[in-house]
Amino acid sequence: MEYLGVIIQEVYKILFLLIPVLVSVAMIVWLDRRVWAFVQKRQGPNVVGPFGLLQSLADALKYIFKEIIIPASSNKVIFILAPIITMTLALIAWAVIPFSESQVLANINVGILYIFAVSSLGVYGIIMGGWASNSKYPFLGSIRSAAQMVSYEVSIGIIIINVLLCVGSLNLNDIVIAQQNMWFIIPLFPMFVIFFISALAETNRPPFDLPEAEAELVAGYQTEYSGMMYAMFWLGEYANILLMCALGSILFLGGWLSPLDLYPFNLIPGAIWLILKILLLFLLFALVKAIVPRYRYDQLMRLGWKIFLPFSLIYVVLTASYLFYFNLLPTI
Amino acid sequence: MLAHAIFFYIFSIIAVISAIMVTASKNTVHSVFFLILDFISISCLFIMIGAEFIGMIMLIVYVGAVAVLFLFVVMMLNVAQQKNQWFLSKSSSGHIPIGLIISAVIFFELIIVVGGWKYKPNLVNLTTSSSTDKITNTHSLGQVLYTDYIHIFQISGMILLVAMIGAIVLTFRQRDGVKKQSYLKQISRERSEGVEVLEVPSNKGVKIDD
Repeated sequence: MEYLGVIIQEVYKILFLLIPVLVSVAMIVWLDRRVWAFVQKRQGPNVVGPFGLLQSLADALKYIFKEIIIPASSNKVIFILAPIITMTLALIAWAVIPFSESQVLANINVGILYIFAVSSLGVYGIIMGGWASNSKYPFLGSIRSAAQMVSYEVSIGIIIINVLLCVGSLNLNDIVIAQQNMWFIIPLFPMFVIFFISALAETNRPPFDLPEAEAELVAGYQTEYSGMMYAMFWLGEYANILLMCALGSILFLGGWLSPLDLYPFNLIPGAIWLILKILLLFLLFALVKAIVPRYRYDQLMRLGWKIFLPFSLIYVVLTASYLFYFNLLPTI
Repeated sequence: MLAHAIFFYIFSIIAVISAIMVTASKNTVHSVFFLILDFISISCLFIMIGAEFIGMIMLIVYVGAVAVLFLFVVMMLNVAQQKNQWFLSKSSSGHIPIGLIISAVIFFELIIVVGGWKYKPNLVNLTTSSSTDKITNTHSLGQVLYTDYIHIFQISGMILLVAMIGAIVLTFRQRDGVKKQSYLKQISRERSEGVEVLEVPSNKGVKIDD
């Protein structure tokens, strides 16, 4: 019986985390389209609800009531599994994100590795979707995406090593607390820039949205999907983007810490600060989408392997030598 | 402890079944997916015995990188269509004795290791690992790896690097007549050298591209 109580409590906590994440994903889609439109001097979605706020809800309704078409020659089990995996992986990573020192679903020792592992698993949803569709464009898109995500994971991993050298712990709360005196964006600013660009590539956002480059590949791995299954890919993608923004704000912008440790700022709860930082990073994501043209595939690979990887490796050496020389290495 | 046992059995049953399905499934891509499932459940088992660092590294390295490359190769080569002929052909039956010998050797090695561990507890010296509750297992792993075993660790890293460079050297071909794009050249191109305005004399045309 005691297990039942624990299970109910945990389910309550999980719902309390997941429902806000899903609602904010819907809102973020609206924000993304609005920012995109304003940069291009358009209005964007502004009809449904005040300022078009309910546009995502209307879209969701449309997707739910559309027919799900499963291609006759597709591999049906994997075809259905692919969007489910994308969505699930995008949501389970939120379990370790700390919203304040105590408000975290699972405060595990290897939190950062967990997020890294889950985000590297995200490629499977895309590969499975592309392969199971049994069609040329989705397959090409998924192959591209696999190569892209594996390449940029390498540089994200090395950037994380940079941060971990300064912290001395893999726990996300420890990473945040280590930034109490100075956010890591100040000493590690070049790493923040590379992390941001790699996060764009990791989440298949423009200018790195080659897996779904519509001029070449129709819609990439999503071509054969329709209705709710397409919507799940889409939700998973945006949940991943939010997750990358959260990771960026935890690693470099001090997570739930307030920018100034002074009286009026202290009153605001940490969760609000974290959400504001996530929104700031997402605004940058949206602006990049509107401003920058799409990369060519060889340029993308060159950027990842020949520029970001050596540069972040050199920065690891620099950070380590600096910390060692000035005796700043964290102790256990 | 009951919940612990239940989760252990769930993960180990999934691991064993998916390991069997890797060899049993007819579609090669499916067997790679079962391999991934196997890796994931093994890393869950690692996490359950408290080795969360190894479990996560297993997920990142094997599932996030190695299995993606497996999947890549299997999908690109389209092995799924060839498998039936291969299994039925005469040439494959020659591999069966060799496979049996290798599996027997592996089996005996495992028996020797596990048996020696069971009946002679000091076969492998475990005293160097200082596992206390205060230090996380990432820290204790690092303390062992970078002090007692630093040379072995560095040498294995060098071997991997050599293997990587060797693979690149073996497959790299310098081909002539391939147009290469120089980014510096592309970016530094000016309008004055790219565009030329010509007066075209009638009935003569101009010669472009010389």
